[in-house]
Amino acid sequence: MHLILVYLIGVIFGTGIVISGMANPAKVINFFDVAGSWDPSLAFVMGGALIVAGIGYRLVFGRARPLFEGKFMLPTARNLDARLIGGSAVFGIGWGIAGFCPGGALPALGTGRWEVIAFAAAMLAGIFAARSLQSLSRPKPATT
Amino acid sequence: MIETAFTPWQSLGGGVLIGLASTLLMLVIGRVMGATGILAGVFAPASIADASWRIAVLLGMVTGPAVYWLATGGMPEITVPVSTPMLLIGGFIVGIGVTYASGCTSGHGVCGLARLSPRSFAATLTFMATTAATVFVVRHVIGG
Repeated sequence: MHLILVYLIGVIFGTGIVISGMANPAKVINFFDVAGSWDPSLAFVMGGALIVAGIGYRLVFGRARPLFEGKFMLPTARNLDARLIGGSAVFGIGWGIAGFCPGGALPALGTGRWEVIAFAAAMLAGIFAARSLQSLSRPKPATT
Repeated sequence: MIETAFTPWQSLGGGVLIGLASTLLMLVIGRVMGATGILAGVFAPASIADASWRIAVLLGMVTGPAVYWLATGGMPEITVPVSTPMLLIGGFIVGIGVTYASGCTSGHGVCGLARLSPRSFAATLTFMATTAATVFVVRHVIGG
């Protein structure tokens, strides 16, 4: 039952993304191109999302627990480490080159456009490459 | 360079839907609406229930363009102003970056900022800066 709700939440997100322009690389790149063909629209996406989620989260966290789970699953990491900053810096370089971010590209897959599929496939390859690197560098438990 | 129209109301409306979806996912199952985390978790799910909600959100997301089409009679505008190699290289870099950063524009930029996470502030400032720098270099230094 709650999976239907979760699906509908995904629909709201995906619809919001495609309406907002976040799934349109030309618009995304123009947002960052202050020195050229600047289009400030995406500031309104961020603004609208943050106002609603900021108020919404405050209301939701007033509850003891979510509707269908025992507790809120929030990230537990607190430190500003090299992985976070370096990873974010690298992500920004990719976003600036291609114009798609993950949240923009996934809903856009629903258009069936080959450019989106190509981007998503390359992104998945990057995710898998990084995960293999991470599992290599993580110390393995000693076996006897 | 491709000019795009300034769409403050449309982008604000899309942003409101993104914020609403983020709030509802937290309310219903206590999860962060981060595209990176939801997608990556599908490939290493903790349980069948864990895989199910992720797949339900993703299926909802790709339904977004169909809802847009029903409402407007047209597909959302997706203009890719970069070459195919750039799209693929950018996608691969995005995949690596978001994996190390444990999040992207939706996870850090919306959900993390909305709950005032210091890690998400650092991540968002970092990727916004490197995206802007990359766009500047690609368009005005290399592209000239």
